[in-house]
Amino acid sequence: MKRLFLLAFFLNIVFAVNGQKYMTKNGFIGFYSHTPMEDIKADNNQVVGVLDISTGEMVFQALIKSFHFDRALMEEHFNENYMESEKFPKSLFKGKITNLASVDFSKTGTYDVTVEGDLTIRDVTNKISTKGTIEVVNGGINANSKFNIVPEDYKITIPGVVRDKFDKSMAVTVTMKYTPIANK
Amino acid sequence: MRRLSLTFLLALITLGIFAQDDLMNIVNQSTPNEINYTTATFKSTRVMNGHSIERMQTGQLDVRISHRFETLNSGGYNFFGLDISYIHLGLEYGITNWLMIGVGRTEIDKTFDGFAKFSILRQSTGAKEMPVSVSAVTSVALKTLKFPDQNPTNYFTSRLAYVAQILVARKISEGFSVQLTPSYVHRNLVATELDPNDIFALGAGARLKLSKRVSLNGEYYYIANPKTYLSQQVYNPLSVGFDIETGGHVFQLFFTNSRGAIEKQFIGETTGSWKKGDIHFGFNISRVFTLKKHLKSSNY
Repeated sequence: MKRLFLLAFFLNIVFAVNGQKYMTKNGFIGFYSHTPMEDIKADNNQVVGVLDISTGEMVFQALIKSFHFDRALMEEHFNENYMESEKFPKSLFKGKITNLASVDFSKTGTYDVTVEGDLTIRDVTNKISTKGTIEVVNGGINANSKFNIVPEDYKITIPGVVRDKFDKSMAVTVTMKYTPIANK
Repeated sequence: MRRLSLTFLLALITLGIFAQDDLMNIVNQSTPNEINYTTATFKSTRVMNGHSIERMQTGQLDVRISHRFETLNSGGYNFFGLDISYIHLGLEYGITNWLMIGVGRTEIDKTFDGFAKFSILRQSTGAKEMPVSVSAVTSVALKTLKFPDQNPTNYFTSRLAYVAQILVARKISEGFSVQLTPSYVHRNLVATELDPNDIFALGAGARLKLSKRVSLNGEYYYIANPKTYLSQQVYNPLSVGFDIETGGHVFQLFFTNSRGAIEKQFIGETTGSWKKGDIHFGFNISRVFTLKKHLKSSNY
């Protein structure tokens, strides 16, 4: 009985883990806002992302200081004045693919998905829902999405002097190239 | 058998419940424990007159225009000093992420100056804990004013003065930073035998953020040499003012008893006294241009 229980337990873990979770440590999140004066654009290539294909759940975590800009001064302002990255060093997305059934993870191809979840920036959490694609490739899964967020939703205050330099919203691009996790 | 299936079910449920937490754990374990360098200990590469540990980032050019007006006590006739101004122009550039250089010209003694600033240590938390930032500044000033007496042989070297400084700063909290600056000035030629060729000084600077874009700054240099027996009375330079940043510009507005904007002048040649009202209004304008962009690829 005991042996059976142990067997079942381990089988369960192996089943739940093996080939079900995918991750990346070099995910890309970038944002962009076009303005007449100058474009505001930053890239982060060190986003950690995990995708569980059995449940469709996904989590991304980005360090704010890993967003890099063309202009060093803009990067300093981003960290010090807008994001306050000393106080809020991380940004997190926890979400779920809502139409998981339409993705066949065993067949290579590109599938349209809808992702819903909670985006936390500066300790402010908002629900977001966005369209994206899941691309099943040999040896991994790529996830892509583009959506807009409004800085003011995350209590990012933009002073009046430069407010007209910003679009109302920022275009965010997410590109994840996941590979399977062997253990864990 | 029933017990087994119960256990099985329980295990499944447990896994189901913890799935998202599980993902969180994976993410948290995989998020690199990076070195978190402290930024913006000071807003500008100067505290007020003197250097701060801040440097120009790689590929960034800082165009600096500094004015010091005459003293407030020069009276209403001179519009409290604003009629007369001393200007320092500077071009400063970040070569690497640890080295910046600059050249400048000021009308006081028609002086050219050049400096190099090295970032030696950077305050950080995370993977590497470093309590302070340390930079070294070395500069040279070339006085090109004609020698008053053309009779004796005048050497080119007599026009030169050198400065070496170690800058040690700590951003104590988000809004408060301090800096200590041991300084050494060597003048090749001084006015009289009474004046020392070597001056030792200890500078102290602080920045207190009043809002996201405005800070109150103070800077003081204590000169260790005796100051009363020189050919002219000199004082310890004290400057108090504000940093105001607006996008690509930083404005520094302050009151100081020093007329000179470069180390050699404000450390060795400050003849104004706060007590007597020899207070100069001054400002630095810094405009940063990006000559070399940081992002190599574009995903848009």
